[in-house]
Amino acid sequence: MVRLEKLSEAERDITQRMAQICPSFETRPWVGGPPLSRRRVAIITTAGLHTRHDRPFQLVQDDYYRVIPGDVQSNDLVMSHLSSGMDRTGYQRDWNCVFPLDRLREMAQEGIIGSVADFHYSYNSSRAKEDSTEPIQEVAGMLKKDNVNAVLLFPS
Amino acid sequence: MLGHFIEEEGVPTASISLIRLHTEIIKPPRALWVPFELGRPLGPPDDADFQKGVLLALMGMFEAPDGPRLEDYPEDEPEMTGEITVLTCPVDFAQAAVDPGEADPLQVAFRREMTAMRPWYDMAVAGRRRTTVGVSGIDLEALGDFLYAFLGGTEPENPRDDIPLAYTLKFAVEDLQSYYIEGVTAQPGQGGASGQVLTDWFWDETVAGKVLLAAKKVCQASKDEGMSQMAAHFLVPMEVAHRNEN
Repeated sequence: MVRLEKLSEAERDITQRMAQICPSFETRPWVGGPPLSRRRVAIITTAGLHTRHDRPFQLVQDDYYRVIPGDVQSNDLVMSHLSSGMDRTGYQRDWNCVFPLDRLREMAQEGIIGSVADFHYSYNSSRAKEDSTEPIQEVAGMLKKDNVNAVLLFPS
Repeated sequence: MLGHFIEEEGVPTASISLIRLHTEIIKPPRALWVPFELGRPLGPPDDADFQKGVLLALMGMFEAPDGPRLEDYPEDEPEMTGEITVLTCPVDFAQAAVDPGEADPLQVAFRREMTAMRPWYDMAVAGRRRTTVGVSGIDLEALGDFLYAFLGGTEPENPRDDIPLAYTLKFAVEDLQSYYIEGVTAQPGQGGASGQVLTDWFWDETVAGKVLLAAKKVCQASKDEGMSQMAAHFLVPMEVAHRNEN
């Protein structure tokens, strides 16, 4: 439904306004790597997911992300994204709509990818460019320690 | 944006793009635009083959020699054309009025509706072996009364000490919706409804939707700025709020 013509007028208006504050970058980073069958894959979602006993997301400073352990099961996760407009009805039926860990586990078993990471990460929503760098660098450092060489980013 | 920063740190990334316009500006290293409903970056629920196809296209971008690259996923998600038809018992307002303990017909109807949904919700949980209910931390048995209490204009006690009452309310609103959507999609013939149909059903046709719209109105007038802002912007979808203003 994210063809612009399928959005409501209000949604189109918000989309256009948000485009004006989208950051752009001067650099064009690009990192290569081995074939997919040797890649270790992690998920980063911005859907505000976290484990059931973890702290819910709030709009507070210096609190950016949650860690989701690689052995998480679907019933372990809940969503505390603040948006009232985000459609949760797909996620309510099947977590793979948003967080496709079952699919990645199957693909690892089939040898399509090398392995699934020990940890995944979740953000509440997009952050402004200027306050994003440090916590993302933290996560990037942890991804490297987990030997991840393929990060899949899923928006909400 | 996340993709740009993480790739700069030396880790390869590939993003799903839901809004192509934004991705064209940000230019992350690898992005696959998908024409799916918002909130469903992998496409429809319970369609493993479709989800796998999206993942293969996304991860195929790791094989590309250079970038940034923005590709379009060629396939629309299968159309979900199902409708929601729920047979509900009419609320017995007369009976409610003579029962001094339950004098509020809306509350009676709300409790009855929640109770009627319970076997379907339980069936959904058993079948899917999961529930998304629980982010508020409030037991399902107490959830309805907690939310209904806001309609009286006196804010109930916050059952949590780690987040403000406004957030507890927000997450209770989400739990109530999860309870209804999980339940109704477990009913016979009702699993094929789109997100829009389910959302419209919840807000336009359930007593729960009416209760939450009333709670939003009351809380929006709260003197607590956090509560009034939460009620104004985060409890009810914008379109639903607009069409209920008049």
